[in-house]
Amino acid sequence: MMHGRLARRLTGSVMTGLTYGAAALAILPLAVILGMLIVKGAGSIDLNFFIKSAAAPGEAGGGFSHAIVGTLIIVSLACVVGVPVGVATGIFLAEFGGGQFGFVVRFIADVLNGVPSIVIGIFAWTWLVRPMGHFSALAGGCALAIILVPILARTTEEMVRLVPNSLREAALALGYPRWRTSLVVVVRTAAAGIVTGCLVAIARVAGETAPLLFTALGNQFFSTRLKGAMAALPLQIYVYALGPYDEWHRQAWAGALVLIVLVLALSLVARSVVRAKRQHA
Amino acid sequence: MTDIPAAVLEPEAAPQLTAEERWRALKTVSPGDVVYRSVLTVLALILPLLLVLIAAELVANALPAASKFGLAFLTHSTWDPVSGEFGALPLIFGTLYSSVVALVIAVPLALACAIFLTEFAPRWLRTPVGTLIELLAAVPSVIYGLWGIFVLIPLLRDHLWRVGRHLLGWLPFFSGPFYGPSVLAAGVILSIMILPYIAAVSREVLLAVPPAQREAGLALGGTRWETVWRVILPYGRAGIIGAVILGLGRALGETMAVTMVIGNRHEVALSLLQPGYTIAAAIANEFSEAVSDMHLSALFLVGAVLFLITVVVNALARLLVWRVARGSAVGSTAV
Amino acid sequence: MTSRLAKSLAVTVGSALLAGSAAAQSTTRLTGAGATFPQPIYQKWMLEYHAAHPDIEINYQGIGSGGGIRQFTDHTVDFGASDGPMTDAQIQAVNGDVYHIPTVLGSVVPTYNIPGVTAQLRFTGEVLAGIFLGQITKWNDSRITALNPGVSLPDQDIVVAHRSDGSGTTYIWTDYLSKVSPDWSQRVGKGTSVNWPVGLGGQGNPGVANIVKQTPGSLGYVELIYAIQNHIGYGLVRNKAGNWIEASLQTTTNAATGAVASLDANTDFRVSITDADGPQAYPIASFTWLLLPKQMPDSAKARALLDFVWWAVHDGERFTTDLAYAPLPQRVVQLEEQRLKSITVNGSPVLPRNYRGR
Repeated sequence: MMHGRLARRLTGSVMTGLTYGAAALAILPLAVILGMLIVKGAGSIDLNFFIKSAAAPGEAGGGFSHAIVGTLIIVSLACVVGVPVGVATGIFLAEFGGGQFGFVVRFIADVLNGVPSIVIGIFAWTWLVRPMGHFSALAGGCALAIILVPILARTTEEMVRLVPNSLREAALALGYPRWRTSLVVVVRTAAAGIVTGCLVAIARVAGETAPLLFTALGNQFFSTRLKGAMAALPLQIYVYALGPYDEWHRQAWAGALVLIVLVLALSLVARSVVRAKRQHA
Repeated sequence: MTDIPAAVLEPEAAPQLTAEERWRALKTVSPGDVVYRSVLTVLALILPLLLVLIAAELVANALPAASKFGLAFLTHSTWDPVSGEFGALPLIFGTLYSSVVALVIAVPLALACAIFLTEFAPRWLRTPVGTLIELLAAVPSVIYGLWGIFVLIPLLRDHLWRVGRHLLGWLPFFSGPFYGPSVLAAGVILSIMILPYIAAVSREVLLAVPPAQREAGLALGGTRWETVWRVILPYGRAGIIGAVILGLGRALGETMAVTMVIGNRHEVALSLLQPGYTIAAAIANEFSEAVSDMHLSALFLVGAVLFLITVVVNALARLLVWRVARGSAVGSTAV
Repeated sequence: MTSRLAKSLAVTVGSALLAGSAAAQSTTRLTGAGATFPQPIYQKWMLEYHAAHPDIEINYQGIGSGGGIRQFTDHTVDFGASDGPMTDAQIQAVNGDVYHIPTVLGSVVPTYNIPGVTAQLRFTGEVLAGIFLGQITKWNDSRITALNPGVSLPDQDIVVAHRSDGSGTTYIWTDYLSKVSPDWSQRVGKGTSVNWPVGLGGQGNPGVANIVKQTPGSLGYVELIYAIQNHIGYGLVRNKAGNWIEASLQTTTNAATGAVASLDANTDFRVSITDADGPQAYPIASFTWLLLPKQMPDSAKARALLDFVWWAVHDGERFTTDLAYAPLPQRVVQLEEQRLKSITVNGSPVLPRNYRGR
């Protein structure tokens, strides 16, 4: 509808305004949620929250230290297992994934992204908990890693693909072997995007409850033993939110606030690392 | 940059090779390439392995229910753990319905956000707003569920519906009483949860569109909006479709947040205001407590059905991408 | 700067891990999983016990009664817990290697939210069944007003709230409805998950409590402690003797006393106490059980577990009332002592014959 420059300009302005509105609308729930968490949870965050583990039900003075440390350990385990596999698969798909095998792997990654996390938890229970005869943080970490890999594969692939072919061609023309082109030139260029993908994925698994229910189980005691049951923030929040005590509810809100802040901190640290690298190079 | 062969840097000083030798040198694959490709291939094999194992487990445990119910499992609506009769139609319907609602809300919104971040936002606003949108993915689903119960449902039921009833109440999609927990509430929460995925990937896709395209659009006399709508978006549509698929996958499998706001009712209803149920929510709710073997098997069977749905949806989407990607360059080889 | 930050982070995490594993040397650890209903009291017991015996750590997590039975059957936990007893088929699946040990009692109350009504309503089992069957649909139905003559009930739809997740609470509720309503028993039956004829499903007791709080005209069922802690009103229920009983710790224990009088010494404790005899017995109450294997593999762990369970059912009962759980009647505890003493490791009993507790 190219009639009239005024009409086109107006459409343009209206659409521009709508995109502003969309961005505001998208951020609004986040602001409301953060506000809700701060209002309900900030008051319950004190030193005890970070250094004490669970108190007896109904008693005050307990904390979430076991859950906070537990989440850090389990998510780190998940990253150690899942990030290399996921990113490697993504690079594979972008660099060598043009053929049938690449098509199949890509399809599988999309399908696995749609599997509910509880099914992954049940799967991890069958293969890791039952044979071992007990619940463990290791099983929990692996369950989260299984969720990480397909997400990372696809986001990494998309980011690596976005590197223009001219860069690849230039490197090859300068005599770099293909592996070096891929690793040093292409991946490094896409690094910021890959990290963004990693962060979004890690943030998601850090908040998952269902897969941990049958793997890490949860623990009211402070524990760093990888072969034993371990507490985790989302699990603890879930249990406390569904419990009967006001004290538990307050701690659940506080725990939720801590979880989000943790993830936010992760995000900012990683972004600054990426920015520093960019300035270096 | 130390790996540039000497023959390139100083062609005169290089040893003189015959044409044969030069050709052979160019054709050989360096051992590094072989190792690199093998390592990546082996790691990439893990995904198919996982799929096979997960599918095998689902199918093996679903067999008792499958042999008992057959196709009636997909068409009946009664879900009765006590008498051992299981029909999954409401679960399948609810899963698809809530995901469609979520996409209808999230895709335009996410695209608009991505366009905002790449085209119209002032520079100083881009990183903060982009970060905030990505932070939506960091909110755990339990928190979304709690927010849904305490904020969204009262908002929808007590405020928005007061007004909306007069405008939309005549549509079959908005008929019947509105108690709060509903497919609509689930769809809205899902849309918020999948928005960051679609927006983040779309933003990267749009950023990768060569400036030449944008400049060409503007040079031809288009307004900024027209350039976006007619040049940039079509250029990146394959990548955007990929982003939407990622979001859809998340919507189909989301558990906690959905189960807290959807009302958990085994019933098929056209109205968005009625409670519903999804496969993932049912599995999460009933798995821990399922006491009879047939109940467990029915849950595995419905999980296998979800698996199948995901496969079909992805296959259709792949087809769409293939048809649409011919011509656009960004992300186009993703077929 | 960021690499220094990363290094100090690594050092902190590393030393935490080391510290954790150093402290881990001499502790006996046990894991149990099952019903969510008794989770608070079990965790309270385990923390109190741990304070007195720091070398014993017992971790209990509420994953659901069905989950508890399953993990127990698959030997991934040292003990299980359930709000509903194992069926014969399930006991068969573990070759009979299980003792049901009741620990506390709980009760389920009908809770409602009717704008303008602050009185405590009266319900009978038949009326509750009728509401949950969808046969009674309005608050001013004659069957409800007949029970509550002094209260003016509005002409409003009843919105039923039930559990969407499987739960022991549902088991108790439907067990009661099945006993008092042949219609319910035939159409729906009892179980941790049932095919609800009407109503909205909420997750967990708080889910139902929330639906009730936020939906005018709603009626749901929750465990007593949730009604107390959330300050929501709940009604009186008519018991078998014909009296209107309000759920409380005393009336809950009364329900057990009646049922327990007829238990013989060889009972396996798989007893339902809903709709119990007794003038002051609350009709919607139940035991909750620990599931212990009759034969355990590890004598150190077996001893630790049995010491704990003995302590819990004797000394631990003093913690129950504060958390709104009703303690066991004495007779039940005495009978349990026999069971606990007969648990063996490699054929020999773990506890000595004259055991009096630790």
